[in-house]
Amino acid sequence: MQVTLRIKRFNPEKDKEPWWGEYKFAAEPTDRLLDALNYVKWYLDGSLTYRRSCAHGICGSDAMQINGSNRLACKVLLMNLGQKITIEPLRGYRVIKDLLVDMDAFLAKYRSVRPYLVTHTPDPEKERLQSPADREKFDDTTKCILCGACTSGCPSFWADGEYVGPAAIVNAHRFLFDSRDEGGEDRMQVLNTLDGVWRCRTIFNCVEACPREINVTRAIGEVKKALLYRKI
Amino acid sequence: MVQRYDAVVVGAGGAGLMAALQLAGRGHVAVLSKLYPTRSHTGTAQGGIGAALGNHEEDHWEWHMFDTVKGSDYLADQDAVEILCREAIETVYDLEHWGLPFSRTPEGKIAQRPFGGHTREFGKAPVRRSCYAADRTGHMILQTCYQQCIKHDVHFYNEYHVLDLLIENGRCAGVVALCLATGEICTFHAKAVLFATGGCGKMYRVSSNAHSLTGDGMAVVYRRAIPLEDMEFFQFHPTGIYKMGILLSEAARGEGAILRNKLNERFMERYAPALLDLAPRDLTSRAIYREIREGRGIEGKNYVHLDMTHLGSEVLDKKLPDITEFVRTYMGIDPLTHPVPIQPTAHYAMGGIPTDVDGRVVIDEKNTPLPGLYAAGEVACVSVHGANRLGTNSLVDILVFGRRGGRHAVKFIQENDWVPLPAHADEPARALVSQVLKSTGKERAADIRDVLQDEMMDKASVFRDAKGLTAMRGKLRELRDRYRQVKSEDHGARYNTELLEVIELGGLLDVADVLVESALARQESRGGHYREDFPKRDDANWLKHTLAYQTPKGVELKFKPVTITKFQPMERKY
Ligand SMILES: Cc1cc2nc3c(=O)[nH]c(=O)nc-3n(C[C@H](O)[C@H](O)[C@H](O)COP(=O)(O)OP(=O)(O)OC[C@H]3O[C@@H](n4cnc5c(N)ncnc54)[C@H](O)[C@@H]3O)c2cc1C
Ligand code: FES
Repeated sequence: MQVTLRIKRFNPEKDKEPWWGEYKFAAEPTDRLLDALNYVKWYLDGSLTYRRSCAHGICGSDAMQINGSNRLACKVLLMNLGQKITIEPLRGYRVIKDLLVDMDAFLAKYRSVRPYLVTHTPDPEKERLQSPADREKFDDTTKCILCGACTSGCPSFWADGEYVGPAAIVNAHRFLFDSRDEGGEDRMQVLNTLDGVWRCRTIFNCVEACPREINVTRAIGEVKKALLYRKI
Repeated sequence: MVQRYDAVVVGAGGAGLMAALQLAGRGHVAVLSKLYPTRSHTGTAQGGIGAALGNHEEDHWEWHMFDTVKGSDYLADQDAVEILCREAIETVYDLEHWGLPFSRTPEGKIAQRPFGGHTREFGKAPVRRSCYAADRTGHMILQTCYQQCIKHDVHFYNEYHVLDLLIENGRCAGVVALCLATGEICTFHAKAVLFATGGCGKMYRVSSNAHSLTGDGMAVVYRRAIPLEDMEFFQFHPTGIYKMGILLSEAARGEGAILRNKLNERFMERYAPALLDLAPRDLTSRAIYREIREGRGIEGKNYVHLDMTHLGSEVLDKKLPDITEFVRTYMGIDPLTHPVPIQPTAHYAMGGIPTDVDGRVVIDEKNTPLPGLYAAGEVACVSVHGANRLGTNSLVDILVFGRRGGRHAVKFIQENDWVPLPAHADEPARALVSQVLKSTGKERAADIRDVLQDEMMDKASVFRDAKGLTAMRGKLRELRDRYRQVKSEDHGARYNTELLEVIELGGLLDVADVLVESALARQESRGGHYREDFPKRDDANWLKHTLAYQTPKGVELKFKPVTITKFQPMERKY
């Protein structure tokens, strides 16, 4: 099939303003959008810049706006996008070059929720036991790949850049609902602020954006409830 | 700019993070990684990490050791394999204590599943040894290790690409790296450096490996007169998605999936009557190639089927959710109702930078260490995988030897001082970068890489012979000439990812050269290295490791003996 990629380009080293690059070429309908971006970079314009690594939706490198929705370029096939495809960087983060954005603040918020198991009781000799039912309680939120698609799609985050954002809450949820974790209080304090969970207006953009199909809004709801009732 | 650290870890996959965790708080330490840590390829590992916990049935590290040695076609060093299998157990418990969300047995223990080549009682029948978290084990390991690094305040330089290793007076003095964000070349002066840069699977067209797996660490040390060991042994995983190479874990067959040809035969019955679809990877990949060659590929094409249709949605959606989704997303079919087209995919480098069991890089036949230099993970060759790695053993390897390397480095930085930096330490790295940026050549890197990947697939993959390998040697010479004329279109400093791809390609060409020369020399078939012109294993002449050195005349090969302790080489049947 013939495709045309319309890509929002911007290199602050030389461009005053963003501009649209258009690239038309033949591709297989079963190609990933990432394959098409690679085609542009490798054969048409070597300066096109974006992040990528695993090419199958696991490393979280290549979230971007594709025809207006936040998706991973490696996880959509051309046949599902039509012949003219518009590609822009994720919204809400500073553009560094073309589709590559500054994720530092996003990742700092992730780190701020103490995303690691906290225990006070000494480690047993073997594993800590956990029933399959308890394991299931936080299964969904273990899947996060920190691609940033959810936070970038969140109107509450657009309105207030300080909002900790859905991705960080998802990662807090992953520990709050882990039966082995004993660090709940501290983590709740981080979340129980003005820029914590209460900024969430339940708009559901995040659920739509998540390439791992995490039910982000449900997770945030569970965290809110836990804060209100102080129990997990 | 020069920065000084006690130790620098290069790479933030499982191996690098594990090493960093040992060093954290015990010295001034930095981790340099070209990717943000959680983007590392360890995150894509699916099926599990092997350890004889015995949570479902009797198991012992000795059985694990035997399987690993036999799986390696007796080329692994058995002292190292013993450490691997013993320490696997405590390592898995440590991961659990750090919060890794393993899947659970009904009693709440870590769940385990069968995996290729893992058996009970020295080969009698498959055993449940692979500890797993659905089919996302690598993701959970990478997340958990990175979370521990956050907890312990490990210092990262993310998106720094290491270009060169510094050696002064026969000792390690640091590394030189390119900061992607600014284009600056930075020198890191260090007492100890640990390489954990992962594999080189991007030299093949059909590959399970990430775009970033370009053998950088191997190429960097090789250019500094350090040998690469056993590079002829490259593993093709039997079940990659047709054409794309995306991996469908052996866990699928561990849960009961079956390989079938166009006659709908379960053809593994002919190749491995005892283990069937759970035979080791080298054997299974060759069986698939044979079926295809003999006209039993589906529709006469280059693929066979992986049949999961009988597993039911409970198994697919609960135990194999990610690979089920890959098939739906990338093939547009439902594995519940349709068999999946698969072909062998380039997966894993058994060879790498030679190390001892403490992660120290050793540079000759007598295992002489280069003080201060360490390597661990897929970039290294201890050797625990010999000629063929068993599934689940890489995750064990990266963690066990990442930890041992890190621990030894702690001792080293406490007992040693810095050696002076070599004069003009960053000059070679600067020259490399400016050569690319200023090039007036006309060759596109992508065109060179295309030829490399296609030709390697054709001539140096599952089946090899002297004719093909010799032709490949010629091709590589041609490609290196073209590479000297490589052009660049992006001359900027910031995030010049084109520059990086060109540099990565240079590394791949060097590593491919070593692979081909080592494969040409080894006139026998063993594990992942199969020579059609020498189809038998030849212990009398070839029970030894290859060491490849870069010299002005090209690749020079030396050999070193294999360490054999408990298990004498036997015929390998499954
Ligand atoms: C799809 C897939 C599934 C797998 N499943 C399993 C499994 O179930 N069980 C199992 O045991 N094994 C499995 N493996 C193998 C195993 O995952 C890998 O061998 C292992 O994770 C490698 O870990 P590592 O730490 O050595 O390297 P990686 O995780 O690849 O990390 C390499 C690191 O080095 C950095 N780096 C590279 N070059 C440079 C440079 N020039 N400068 C700076 N930094 C650099 C990268 O940024 C990265 O952080 C699988 C492999 C694949 C591809
Ligand atoms: S490249 Fe890894 S998620 Fe897309």
